[in-house]
Amino acid sequence: MRRLLPHPLLSVVLAGLWLLLVNQVSAGHVVLGALLGWLIPLATARFWPEQTRIRHPLALLRYLGILIIDIVRGSFHVAHLILRNPVRLRPSFVPVPLALKTDLAISLLANTISLTPGTVSTRLSTDRRTLIVHTLDTGDADALIAEIKQRYEAPLRQIFEEGSE
Amino acid sequence: MTPLIDILLSLLILTGATFTFIGSLGLARLRDFYTRLHGPTKATTLGVGCLLIASAVFFSVRDEGASLHEVLVTLFLFITAPVSAHLLAKAALHLKVPSLAPTPPPDSDKPSNSAD
Amino acid sequence: MMLNLVIPVAYVLVSLAFLMSFWRLLKGPDAPDRILALDTLYVNTIALLVLLGIDLGSAIYFEAALLIAMMGFVGTVALCKYLLRGDIIE
Repeated sequence: MRRLLPHPLLSVVLAGLWLLLVNQVSAGHVVLGALLGWLIPLATARFWPEQTRIRHPLALLRYLGILIIDIVRGSFHVAHLILRNPVRLRPSFVPVPLALKTDLAISLLANTISLTPGTVSTRLSTDRRTLIVHTLDTGDADALIAEIKQRYEAPLRQIFEEGSE
Repeated sequence: MTPLIDILLSLLILTGATFTFIGSLGLARLRDFYTRLHGPTKATTLGVGCLLIASAVFFSVRDEGASLHEVLVTLFLFITAPVSAHLLAKAALHLKVPSLAPTPPPDSDKPSNSAD
Repeated sequence: MMLNLVIPVAYVLVSLAFLMSFWRLLKGPDAPDRILALDTLYVNTIALLVLLGIDLGSAIYFEAALLIAMMGFVGTVALCKYLLRGDIIE
């Protein structure tokens, strides 16, 4: 089973992407999509050494909901700051200590930070313990770190890492 | 096309175009590279996202069948925008591009091959 | 129809965005600025193509938009990698 279908989740996503790409749902395309979803993970198995397990699908859905709201909020926030006088901006680099361990969770956190209000992730330290975040207009750096940790890092930790160590 | 859909589409297109405009305005107007990075990553991405959703609604209504392949481009843009922003910021820190804010000290050894 | 009034306004806004990104591409001053401007130009082009598709009621511009999105991302990543390491393929 493991050898024949190494990444079931990836297979489902690929089949779905194929249906979106051809923009129609017919029996033939469902079969072709399923075939591609089966063969591509087999052919590229060596690129995916880790098995990704989602431990809390509901928490993931909730996280996606928060993410969508924050993307919209983030864009309004940035638009407001751009239209204001740019001399009044107080940009800064803030180091955020990380509790996450896995590659997938860290990259998701970095991408989330870049899409949400006022922050862009800039660099991960070599020891993978600190993510340096650039903020557009900083008020309280400690409050920002606490918000990132509580709002984004805690759910990601719960979804991808709980019980894995 | 019903008036309701007409208004929804007009709103989506107007919001999308405005955010695209503001993103590029930020790129032209702000004063250092790191602050300029914020506009295109967030505002422009959401703007094009709105336009693509408007396009999906438009073709779904016109052809009387779901046209969802625009969702593919939207997803792709939302996944890639933060990755390019991260790489650009890392490259800028590596090249010591001047910044308004004090830059963090360089990493101990060579640039790390980060998670994304 | 409101849509017919909104589309020209959207064209103007996106074209202005395009011009501002192009100005940043010419002005720089550093390499990352120019790459960022180029990346924004890709996204602006996608916006223009999508608007054109809605305006002309034709779905054939979608493939072009998808390709520009993909090539734009690969191009930006390759250029960043070049700045970071002085090499693209290791």
